[in-house]
Amino acid sequence: MKFRHFALSTAAAVLAGATALTAIPAQAQDQIYVPLLTYRTGPFANSGVPIADGMHDYLRMLNERDGGIGGAKIVIEECETGYDTKKGIECYESTKGKNPVVYNPYSTGITLQMIPKASADKIPVLSMAYGLSASAKGNTFPWIFNPPVTYWDGASAFIRHVAEQSGGFDKLKGKKIGLIHLDAPFGKEPIALLEALSKKYGFELKLYPVAASDMQNQGSVWLNIRRDRPDWIYNQGWGAMNPTAVKEAAKNNFPMDRLVGVWWAGGDDDARGGGDGAKGYKSLNFHAAGTDFPVIQDIQKHVVDKGLSKTPKDKVGENLYNRGVYNSMLIAEAIRNAQKISGKKAITAEDMRKGLESLNITDARLKEIGMAGFAAPMKLTCEDHNGHNKVYVAQWDGTKWVKGSEWMDPLKDEVMPLLESAANDYAKANNWPARTEACQKGS
Amino acid sequence: MHALYMVLIDPFVQMVSAPDLFVQTIWEGLVAGVLYALIALGFVLIFKASGVFNFAQGMMVVFAGLTLIAFQDMGLPAIAALAASLAVMYLLALSIERVVLRPLVNQPDIILFMATFGITYILIGFGEMIFGGEPREVNTKAFFLPQGSFEIPILGGFVQIQKIDVAAAVIAALMIAALGFFFQKTRIGRALRAVADSHKAALSVGISLNQIWVIVWFAAGIVALVAGIMWGARSNVSFALQVVALKALPVLILGGFTSIPGAIIGGLIIGVGEKLGEFYWGPLMGGGIESWLAYFIALGFLLFRPQGLFGDKIIERI
Repeated sequence: MKFRHFALSTAAAVLAGATALTAIPAQAQDQIYVPLLTYRTGPFANSGVPIADGMHDYLRMLNERDGGIGGAKIVIEECETGYDTKKGIECYESTKGKNPVVYNPYSTGITLQMIPKASADKIPVLSMAYGLSASAKGNTFPWIFNPPVTYWDGASAFIRHVAEQSGGFDKLKGKKIGLIHLDAPFGKEPIALLEALSKKYGFELKLYPVAASDMQNQGSVWLNIRRDRPDWIYNQGWGAMNPTAVKEAAKNNFPMDRLVGVWWAGGDDDARGGGDGAKGYKSLNFHAAGTDFPVIQDIQKHVVDKGLSKTPKDKVGENLYNRGVYNSMLIAEAIRNAQKISGKKAITAEDMRKGLESLNITDARLKEIGMAGFAAPMKLTCEDHNGHNKVYVAQWDGTKWVKGSEWMDPLKDEVMPLLESAANDYAKANNWPARTEACQKGS
Repeated sequence: MHALYMVLIDPFVQMVSAPDLFVQTIWEGLVAGVLYALIALGFVLIFKASGVFNFAQGMMVVFAGLTLIAFQDMGLPAIAALAASLAVMYLLALSIERVVLRPLVNQPDIILFMATFGITYILIGFGEMIFGGEPREVNTKAFFLPQGSFEIPILGGFVQIQKIDVAAAVIAALMIAALGFFFQKTRIGRALRAVADSHKAALSVGISLNQIWVIVWFAAGIVALVAGIMWGARSNVSFALQVVALKALPVLILGGFTSIPGAIIGGLIIGVGEKLGEFYWGPLMGGGIESWLAYFIALGFLLFRPQGLFGDKIIERI
């Protein structure tokens, strides 16, 4: 009985202590709370781990090197989702009381669930290059941001690449283009755009869905591909699906330079998993890989070398690690903007929305923050929460990703009207309220 | 009318017009079936000896595979890594018997079943803590597993055979033969069968239930290690593999939970059935049907043989 009493008292004390500790961000005046929804476990962990490390390490580097942003320390808290929508929403609900300035759901499924919740709670969601493509329309989705490119931009850039390689858009007629995709909201996202483009340019679109339970068991899918003989394949895959797809493509003698992954299918482990046969595999990208950037070197110096990171040293600079760094750079730049606009050190979620809507990352700014040549300049506005930025095609040379094309624009003329229409459809279907938030001057 | 043609006629027209692809599909199905059967064997072993459906078997495949790779990464030669992994699987079997099974003796089967859920999640957490979440490559060369493929010209086309798939089939056949010998011809095997028939009767003739459970969980661990190596050699070893391992469920429904030949035949029927279904009928339904087709096939069989293909028909006096 005594032991039971002791155990209960201890548990209560621990709980009270934990509550007090986690409440700190809400009270502190010089701290900014940034929850990171990450997944270091589960079937998609191979993609989730390097991104989580990159996101964490950049923000930690700012804390270590600069003492935070504008005098405010960043309080970073990871919440493990396992890439599971249900768990992601639990993370959201359990952290939203701590005054978060922005959420990074890191899953299209979680983003879709979070869009109505965060919009009602007035907390910005940064679904960086994932999530609902239509959420790029700031007039409809004032609290949702998906820079620097949507999945529709990506799929259209892939079609531009195919056209360039084939000798022009008129050469697309009669071609067979396949989409191998995870059979989940993320994987299905580009279908609408590709269907529209297939009608316009006259190519035949073949779909090859891969169920999450069969990510490592793609034999039938590649038999279908062998039968259909598509000229090109776009891979909208994630997690364990990617290395298996690359391996299967190599096994089936599919020309690797005609297999192009979305940026999430461009992890080093994705290509490495295909062994020697993966050489030539392509993936879209919107930032550089490697460590030849002052920002990455600062992370190594202030975080990794001091043992403050979970990443193995040799993984720093890999493609998905740098993706996480880019993501956190957007968060940090938006916080700086928000501090300027509001004049406060510890900004609110409302300030952060304004900061995101006035993001203008020029070449000069990229240079200032040690990222010259790391990414293309980008600008968001009140109306445009995406930027529809340039991308390039990266190519696996057998050991690392190298640049395989020049920077290119998505097919904005095709994408924008479809986005407008999709945003309107979403608003109608969900009885979505009209935007009431005023736009900042110049944003 | 067109829909009926597409479902009932067109797939067979395709089989005749491209017979090489038909043969290739059958081959892919057989290989997948052998690999499903390897996983299902682990389930059968434990169910036969203890009546427990071991939900953790899929995770044991992942855990065994990752353990082996970790030992190789530490610089151990292949044989030593294999021996060390077997030792880990033995320790795991011993721990499960001591910590989970022994305290739950005489509890309803559902309690033991739920306990295997616990084992699954402990293995996931512990595994991710030790090995990390990244997919790991099996060093196929170290185990003399062949790589690459060859093509056999056939029926005006060709069938591509992956050498690793042939190796998987041979190893699975050897494994099954060894298990058959173990169960039929050895003293421990006979004891295992006695325990499977009746715990009480086995105890009354002096068979140690605890010892038998350790042996059977260790045997399931060995099967898991082999399955981990073979699946890993085909793609890689990652925590996503535990989901594939659940494909053993329809195999067990079909083959019966207590039959080793049932696991093999069930695996082959499920493997071939799902590949044929996905290849010829999948496109009509937007593709991706193999994830549920296996269960559909198994449930279809159950309508005619509720005890599974090789399960014993149970008649109880009421």
